[in-house]
Amino acid sequence: MTVVTMTVNGKQRQADIEDRTLLVYFLRENLRLTGTHIGCDTSQCGACVVHVNGRAVKSCTMFAVQASGAEVLTIEGVAVDGKLHPVQEAFRHNHGLQCGFCTPGMIMTAIDMIRRNPNLDRRTIREELEGNICRCTGYHNIVTAIEDASKRVAAGTAA
Amino acid sequence: MIPYPFTYHRPKSLNQAQTLLSREPDAKLLAGGQTLIAAMKLRLANPSALIDIAGLQELSFIRASDSAIMIGAATKHADVANSSDVREKVPALADLAEGIGDPAVRRMGTIGGSLANNDPAADYPAAALGLGATLKTINRSIAADAFFTGMFSTALEQGEIITDVSFPVPKRAGYAKFPNPASRYAMAGVFIADFGHQVRVAVTGAAPCVFRQRDMEVALAKNFSPDAIKPTVISPEGLNSDIHGSAEYRAHLVNVMARRAVNTALEYYSTNAG
Repeated sequence: MTVVTMTVNGKQRQADIEDRTLLVYFLRENLRLTGTHIGCDTSQCGACVVHVNGRAVKSCTMFAVQASGAEVLTIEGVAVDGKLHPVQEAFRHNHGLQCGFCTPGMIMTAIDMIRRNPNLDRRTIREELEGNICRCTGYHNIVTAIEDASKRVAAGTAA
Repeated sequence: MIPYPFTYHRPKSLNQAQTLLSREPDAKLLAGGQTLIAAMKLRLANPSALIDIAGLQELSFIRASDSAIMIGAATKHADVANSSDVREKVPALADLAEGIGDPAVRRMGTIGGSLANNDPAADYPAAALGLGATLKTINRSIAADAFFTGMFSTALEQGEIITDVSFPVPKRAGYAKFPNPASRYAMAGVFIADFGHQVRVAVTGAAPCVFRQRDMEVALAKNFSPDAIKPTVISPEGLNSDIHGSAEYRAHLVNVMARRAVNTALEYYSTNAG
């Protein structure tokens, strides 16, 4: 057992866990942050994507101890003071989800994608979504939502 | 999926990592973990301890000179893909790194981890063998030609840690792969590098281990064009055959990917010259 401390959504969190605890289980079971989903559990579907030190990674393929001392951002931490993040707003506006299971991972991937590529086109968005699977196959609206979100974020930065 | 229990260590230096590794023969190095953790979750790997070297600054760097690019073993695929030095000197290497897995995997996976694992369908072994790279460990330098010894096996000895990889800068180079539509691993991937006096052709994904295709090397040294290798027949003997494709299919793919790689090399070059 190891005492692991990390900053999750701006708050310092600590737990005594087995070294083999995956980050996704630490978030869901120790911290009860169940917005991060487990889909395939094999690093393919992206439902578990969170940000570790500002980089989008798959929390099913990382041990919690590896994130010890890190800054972690999950879907629960992206809205500020009850106000949706522009990417969440864009998903809502464009109906960028059907069942919603993949949505937390899609949004975390989209936030990271927009930060790295301010000028996103649809082709790039589809390429960047390589590691996120939507089994409702609702990609069309997801791509539209991310395209819209990139414009919202750009407008927000400019303002 | 939960792996078997293990003890986690995060050494502060390479020396400390080496000491830990020598003390525990069943320990494994953890860099990006994008292959190892998956194998542990499936209980195909059962290390007694993990020694996490991902955060060691001395293993994470990209240095360029006129003749070579040196990349630290713990450098992540995303950092190689985004490096302006790599992009300028060996664009094929930057593109190869950008084609591994998906964006989240590229944020974690490392070049040293990929080379040490020597997955038959991994991309980096093709670049290392195609460019004739030199892999450095704490004690010695190993030429890529002597490094990849078989499926998931390398010339590394027990407890030997790769510190960096040095890629000679070619006159031009290209990489093309036919990715498995689900995993993005190469069904066949070909890295071709033209050094003027010599052409090297390395094939990944098609066989149990990355290998050089000498007939194509000879043909391309005489005439660096896709037409020069179009007649080269690849024997399906010894190539991989699985639900994704037969050995005959892969043999055919190798030729197609090789011609695409030559075209890519020519395109980079014409763009740069223009």
